[in-house]
Amino acid sequence: MAIEVRVPTILRSYTGGSKVVEGSGATLSGLIDDLDAKHSGLKGRLLTPEGGLHRFVNVYVNDEDVRFLGALDAPLSDGDSVTILPAVAGGALGFAAAAALLRK
Amino acid sequence: MARYESLLDACGGTPLVGLPRLSPTVPEGAPPVRLWAKLEDRNPTGSIKDRPALFMVREAEETGRLRPGDTILEPTSGNTGISLAMVAKLRGYRLVCVMPENVSSERVQLLRMYGAEIIFSPAAGGSNQAVATAKQIAAEHPDWVMLFQYGNPGNARAHYETTGPELLHDLPTITHFVAGLGTTGTLMGTGRYLREKVDGIQIVAAEPRYGELVYGLRNIDEGYVPELYDATVLSRRFSVGTRDAVLRTRQLVEVEGIFAGFSSGAILHAALAVAHEAVKAGQRADVAFVICDGGWKYLSTGAYGGTLAEAEDALEGQLWA
Repeated sequence: MAIEVRVPTILRSYTGGSKVVEGSGATLSGLIDDLDAKHSGLKGRLLTPEGGLHRFVNVYVNDEDVRFLGALDAPLSDGDSVTILPAVAGGALGFAAAAALLRK
Repeated sequence: MARYESLLDACGGTPLVGLPRLSPTVPEGAPPVRLWAKLEDRNPTGSIKDRPALFMVREAEETGRLRPGDTILEPTSGNTGISLAMVAKLRGYRLVCVMPENVSSERVQLLRMYGAEIIFSPAAGGSNQAVATAKQIAAEHPDWVMLFQYGNPGNARAHYETTGPELLHDLPTITHFVAGLGTTGTLMGTGRYLREKVDGIQIVAAEPRYGELVYGLRNIDEGYVPELYDATVLSRRFSVGTRDAVLRTRQLVEVEGIFAGFSSGAILHAALAVAHEAVKAGQRADVAFVICDGGWKYLSTGAYGGTLAEAEDALEGQLWA
């Protein structure tokens, strides 16, 4: 068994277009290293140069936000389902428009 | 209290109702685990957004930012627009809403009925076009006032001053509060209030997970986290997919008679998750969650009938929360 990882459209250029890939790791950090070994460059999109989770990247383990489960240290088990999504909250277009209006 | 001077005065004070049939069964002798729904569809325009809309307008009036006859500009996917449209109508402002074109037709009809003007941002083509549209509007109308629900502290304050105290008054034994995560105003305001008053309270977010179209950014740096969001207020955050949201929305009406919109279904899904955990742990729990709005505005999606798969297809690409 492995960990199933759902990859958002925006990152599929790293997975050869695959929507779902498999990986392994005892923690999220380990999983990201494993994924990066198979899909080179992915880690650089998920983490900041300082090594933290990118502000606009949300990762969920079995539908729960990893930032509340220990972030990169969040423990993983075989059979877990991991979902990666860009942070757009409710309604990407409305938010983007709102942010743009404020920035002017 | 059941008599008010005007519709605006009837905002808030919504009922909290128990869900005896959806609450999990606990083993003989174990402490009770109960679910409670705060019926925010009982607000003047039928959604929880009446609270922040009224609050933000009042604050802007008090600080002199908003003057009689002004134009309010707000990017909104629906409910806030409808609330603002009602408040604007009664307080004498013009309202222009910027919204994605993939929202339900009922919302558009309601907004127009209240006299709001709508500028659509395209659903397809990523957010770039919407950003461009928004920038253009702002540049052309520097005198328009944007209350900006995603970054206006008044949004969270509305819940700190009303939703939070109401919940604590009606349910002093509250152990969990569960609400939807959009602008984050409900969770930030109610969450902060309850954390101050209730030891060990769990503040739980249910975030809608839409179809892929909604996440169609060109790069990660186009992402957005509302300025109001403060992760330290939350205990946990769940991502709820369309299928689970629809399933729970149907259970709400079938089992408890509550006809709600899909965001409420998503919230119930998270509420049930924490309730079942409490049962497993043998802990007492009074889990209060929010019914954001009624189901009326979403009937045209067709997602209340047919199989779950059909409903999921019907909501694909729509902002259902």
